[in-house]
Amino acid sequence: MNTLDLIRTAISNTFRSRLRTTLTVLALFVGSFTLTLTTALGAGVTDYVTKQVASLGAKNVLVITASSSAQIGSGPTKYSPAKSSPSNGATAALPGAGSGGSLTDGDLDKLKAIKELSDVGPIKTVAVDYVKGVNGARYELTIAPTSSVARADLVAGAQLNGSGAYRQLILPAKYVGALGYHSPAGAVGSGVTVGITDVLGKQHEVPAHIVGIANTSLLNSGAGANKALVNELASIHAAGVKSPDRYPVVIAHFNPSLSAASVQALKATLAKEGMTAQTIADQLGIITTVIAGITGVLNAFAIVALLAAAFGIVNTLLMSVQERTREIGLMKALGMSSGRVFALFSLEAAFIGFLGSALGVVIAIFAGIPLSHALSSGPLSGLAGLHILLFEPQSILGVMTVIVMIAFLAGTLPARRASLKTPIEALRYE
Amino acid sequence: MRNAPPGPLVEVRHVSKWYGKGDSRFQALDDISLSVVQGESIAILGKSGSGKSTLMHILALLDKADSGEQIVDGADVTTLSGKQLNRLRNRRFGFVFQQLFLTPNASVLENVALPLKIAGTPGSERRRRAFELLAQFDLADKAHSNANDLSGGQKQRVVLSRALAGDPDVIFADEPTGNLDSSTGSVVEDELFNLNHDRGITLVLVTHDVGLAARCDRQIHIRDGRLVMDGATT
Repeated sequence: MNTLDLIRTAISNTFRSRLRTTLTVLALFVGSFTLTLTTALGAGVTDYVTKQVASLGAKNVLVITASSSAQIGSGPTKYSPAKSSPSNGATAALPGAGSGGSLTDGDLDKLKAIKELSDVGPIKTVAVDYVKGVNGARYELTIAPTSSVARADLVAGAQLNGSGAYRQLILPAKYVGALGYHSPAGAVGSGVTVGITDVLGKQHEVPAHIVGIANTSLLNSGAGANKALVNELASIHAAGVKSPDRYPVVIAHFNPSLSAASVQALKATLAKEGMTAQTIADQLGIITTVIAGITGVLNAFAIVALLAAAFGIVNTLLMSVQERTREIGLMKALGMSSGRVFALFSLEAAFIGFLGSALGVVIAIFAGIPLSHALSSGPLSGLAGLHILLFEPQSILGVMTVIVMIAFLAGTLPARRASLKTPIEALRYE
Repeated sequence: MRNAPPGPLVEVRHVSKWYGKGDSRFQALDDISLSVVQGESIAILGKSGSGKSTLMHILALLDKADSGEQIVDGADVTTLSGKQLNRLRNRRFGFVFQQLFLTPNASVLENVALPLKIAGTPGSERRRRAFELLAQFDLADKAHSNANDLSGGQKQRVVLSRALAGDPDVIFADEPTGNLDSSTGSVVEDELFNLNHDRGITLVLVTHDVGLAARCDRQIHIRDGRLVMDGATT
């Protein structure tokens, strides 16, 4: 029997006892359905977290803050003109910023001297009064300090150009309607006016271009401004008044090819200098660990369901082998080899596995997509850009492969029994 | 007529076969020697339990003797691999069993084409050949019926078509008319002997029907596993 005929025969055999096949398929369906949904959940949340991480910057970015200078039991900190910065006790609201003081130009020079670090630059914070669009209405606006190095989770438009001389702005999606634009895509390319008050109390207006519209992000809310705009705003704000520079956060890039141990060593070096350095992954590590834990538990339940289904397959096929003893005997009498008989029954099991997994995957997708939309627009609408269930082709293929393999393995026991029958014993069977 | 190979087609020398173990062990065949020559028709006669079916199963390579020699086409079967034995049964032998062994819920055509499917013949060729055979037995209109829905005589003719699908040299038939009424039985009988006369297909029939045995060239009587008579029909 050639392979194609073998597969065809196996498939048509599974449909010969419909009720039994259906029940086994249903057992597999439960496992497949659950696995598809849990992997989609894991993928959806991971994708969201990844986007959030991206919104904070590239993977090779260190967010450097001053270590807490006040140490318990060490008494008041001595003033040093080079290191000290006035603190009002409010903690920095920047992601990754510790509750310590600020970094100075001296710290900046030290960082620049470390050869593993490149593009060391302080994050400038600017506080603007309002943004004004085509309809002339003015809305308050917060510019995220890290936006010039981060990547926004865009709805429309492009990322900020870090080095360009044009003043660029990325606005959160909720500003589109408020500023008088019809759609996110329509807003891209338009000019807006940013209002800012300098230290002397005088209000100025700075024109800027919208280059992109972003989803509101879990970890990086507010608008984004490129370096050109931030520098312009900062210089207007200072109004020519010179004060010693103090930076709450410094961003530095490290070589992406550095090993985890080297990055760790780098952090230790910085710690000795009184600075705390964190990668984006450090900041989000706990979130991803929790998600991995939850999906792991759900997957374990799905695997239990699949194991139960595997025993169902063994039972189904053992009954089938018993019932078809004469047929097996006839095929062997007519010259079919034991190997082919084994293959026939194993393929039958694999096909049952395929049916169950395909059914589970299809129904999980059909149920999951509306559910995901309902959750995104309902209870989870605060987390813009979150698709709680993300069906990835490769993970769906993975789920199906796993189930077909389990079914195939379950089928080998009955298939072996079938292949070991001698034609004569099988033909004599009543 | 076929090109008869030199020497007998199948030959057994001093074969014995036991069944069971320990106290329940008994000898089903006791020192039987027999050769089947191309083109002849042989009836193996005996009471039920005499060992006649066992002898046919051994001749047809469905079962193995516990002692003795067996030669097919001049080759000792113990030197043949499982694959070669499978191929031999598939290409050279046709089988007609008393219990028919039609696959239920499969069409008549699929049943007839089964040996060809096992041989790996392409689908179109299988269908063509199966149709041809069914037409020969006036069953062309039943080709797509479920094998279960046929009458006894029609089923027996489907089984005959299946036995012929691989264009065999020998047909081994175990009580081919056992389950049929006498008129249908004689139709099937006629067809079997037509194959023997017209196409030179060797027949090895196991039966306890004396009338059927009388139409064969040669009769072999088995009693309690021993060959008690081997002679031409007079």
